[in-house]
Amino acid sequence: MTLPGFPDAAPLAGLGGGVLIGLAAALMLLGVGRIAGVSGIAAQAAGISDSSLPKSSAWMFLVGLPIGAVLVMLLLGRSEPSFASPVILAIAGVLVGAGTRIGSGCTSGHGVCGMSRLSPRSLIATATFMLTGIGTVAAMNAFGFEVLP
Amino acid sequence: MIQRNLPILASGVLFGAGLTLGGMTDPARVRGFLDLFGDWDPTLAFVMGGAVIVMAIAWRFQPKLTRPIFADAFSLPSRTDLTPRLIGGSALFGIGWGVAGLCPGPGIAALVIEPLSAAIFVAAMLAGMFLVRLTEGAS
Repeated sequence: MTLPGFPDAAPLAGLGGGVLIGLAAALMLLGVGRIAGVSGIAAQAAGISDSSLPKSSAWMFLVGLPIGAVLVMLLLGRSEPSFASPVILAIAGVLVGAGTRIGSGCTSGHGVCGMSRLSPRSLIATATFMLTGIGTVAAMNAFGFEVLP
Repeated sequence: MIQRNLPILASGVLFGAGLTLGGMTDPARVRGFLDLFGDWDPTLAFVMGGAVIVMAIAWRFQPKLTRPIFADAFSLPSRTDLTPRLIGGSALFGIGWGVAGLCPGPGIAALVIEPLSAAIFVAAMLAGMFLVRLTEGAS
């Protein structure tokens, strides 16, 4: 199914993926009593957070992410998305790592778990990173700076 | 430990599957969504919408449980203060997100899709996290 006016969009796959992400976060909340915030869990696994989540649990969640990716690729076929160059990836990674620590979360913790709870902090955080993300892409396009081949 | 870690592993697997199915491990999809003034791709809104709807229902159930199903107690954020740190950090994160089209979850899931690129991103992300820890001490 395509969306009228947006031939490249994948609304059904997006919605299906979103529901799976929601179920994952719901399992984390109702099953283990925690927020499925990937940046926080990654920091905990790396030993740079003071969360009470046991390190082994943090690793379990993180290892699950690529396993889930493999399962989808086995079922639906392998996709070969293109990524930015190593230098761009490194710059982006540092910004994402530092930003999520200072801002206490990312797209999963603030965006999915916090917004669905109407947490004021998460609503503000999500609005902020959406705006700066949109601004960054707009600025890069204005200067003709292509990062994806 | 096993009793708690198995549901956490299952959550990670579901999460990674959802990110991949929703196209979030493809930086072009994510940057396409952020390209609001160009060739906009609304797919990410469907991913976020689906996830938020399911989680909003889960939040309705949460107060009815005295404890989580597989653990002893809830451990949930309770802060409501809007601070410059929250906004500044989120702004920084959004810039990095826009630059390469990757956030933490898809970056880690993509380790099996494009291992070298994803590893560079994840290593840099951890370095950024360490940098904050170094400059601010424990947070």
